[in-house]
Amino acid sequence: MTALVDSEVARARAVASTVVDPELPMLTLADLGVLRDVGMHDGRVVVSITPTYTGCPAMATMRDDLVRSLQEQGFADVEVRVALQPAWTTDWITPAGVAALVDAGISPPGRVSTGSTSGERSGPVALQLAPTRRAVRCPRCSSADVTLVSEFGSTACKAMYRCGSCLEPFDHVKEH
Amino acid sequence: MPDVHTHDAEAHDSAYAGLLVNDTHWAFGTDFEDPLAGVDTTVPSDVDPAVLATYSLMLADDALVLSQRIAEWCSRAPDLEEDIALANIALDLVGQARLLLARAAAADPSIVPALPEDSPVPAEDRLAFFRDDHQFRNVRLVEVPNGDFAECVTRILLFSTWRLALFERIVGSKDAVLSAVAAKGVKELAYHRDFSGRWFVTLAQGTEESRARAVDALRRLWPLWDELLQTHDVESAAAAAGVGVDPGTVAAEVAVVLEQVLAAAGVLRPEVGPLAGVRGRKGRDGTHTEALSLMLAEMQSVARAHPRGQW
Repeated sequence: MTALVDSEVARARAVASTVVDPELPMLTLADLGVLRDVGMHDGRVVVSITPTYTGCPAMATMRDDLVRSLQEQGFADVEVRVALQPAWTTDWITPAGVAALVDAGISPPGRVSTGSTSGERSGPVALQLAPTRRAVRCPRCSSADVTLVSEFGSTACKAMYRCGSCLEPFDHVKEH
Repeated sequence: MPDVHTHDAEAHDSAYAGLLVNDTHWAFGTDFEDPLAGVDTTVPSDVDPAVLATYSLMLADDALVLSQRIAEWCSRAPDLEEDIALANIALDLVGQARLLLARAAAADPSIVPALPEDSPVPAEDRLAFFRDDHQFRNVRLVEVPNGDFAECVTRILLFSTWRLALFERIVGSKDAVLSAVAAKGVKELAYHRDFSGRWFVTLAQGTEESRARAVDALRRLWPLWDELLQTHDVESAAAAAGVGVDPGTVAAEVAVVLEQVLAAAGVLRPEVGPLAGVRGRKGRDGTHTEALSLMLAEMQSVARAHPRGQW
């Protein structure tokens, strides 16, 4: 019985893991780090997702996509829950997700936290009045000769850069 | 696309049939019915639910009202990048407001305005669209009309500097929901503060005209600053219960951060006194400037005209 449930959970997880992000369709929700948990309670598949930003308008689409994909694969009863804690960070994008971004010509985010996983601070958040400097390389030609064009690119979570070597513009997923 | 969710004949009537699953919802809200779905909203046992609800409402209304004001900038900012940046800040704030309104409603359902039984309006939207101005608990700083771009960034600077210091402490709240909202909000507010701080310095160190506008913006908003640091009875009760933070405790830290920005901008603190309340009552008591009722009339009128609207 338990083995049966386990295999169903594994199958549900496999299905949920194929659902892609509405705004970064080259990434699955799993690769984005938004898919937090897939479980089964009394025959109901319970999927937990976490918002990238508190006001993320894509949450409803993600939920609908998850429900539709799971129902297509025979899971009639699906519930999508929101997990607020711990707060999402770009560090949760998996190595496969980073590779998928680069393949799509998008510069992946650098690491946010170096030490602790939760990004804990010992004091107040420091004021940052200087312009943001990022170690960004062109995802096409790897040149470091890049210029920030706009803090906001095709979506609010991306900045737009231009490469000085190959002259191509590109998006950079901002560290968050 | 596999033809799975099309419901027989309906599929031929609408190109959109099958795209969404059981998606009928109130026309003016979100279709993610409960932003706290799956989150444990049990009120900690030794906390008065009414205090937690009112405290959550205060934090929610600050974010909701400022979000609405900033959203009024849409398509009116000096350039496209700032337009998107402001929209992004408004979006962060409305996201915080949604969770906090839902938290308030879950803690004390009696605060949620009653609507006809078949109304599909969720609790967060009832609180946003069906309360009158005197039921809003926001500080008055967030409600006054926009003014120019200098006033826009100066208000965000004052607000986010203060709210960031509060949220950094609310992370330690005994209430798991407030703690989670604050933990996420800290990252957002840090960006809002840096964005507005940079613009304040840029304007103050720019042309004669931009400097005059930055200085004037601070002078006009300064009378509303004091209210943010005064402790309301509900805030001290929430702090005593371990769910909230007494804003008086962040005054020193916030003053240091503001001083850093003002020093970089070469601007002195204005010498103008705080705006008085009415018989001692201010925004936190539900006593507002007339600007709030005018803003709410615009924000709420369509929702109120169609409390049963669905699509």
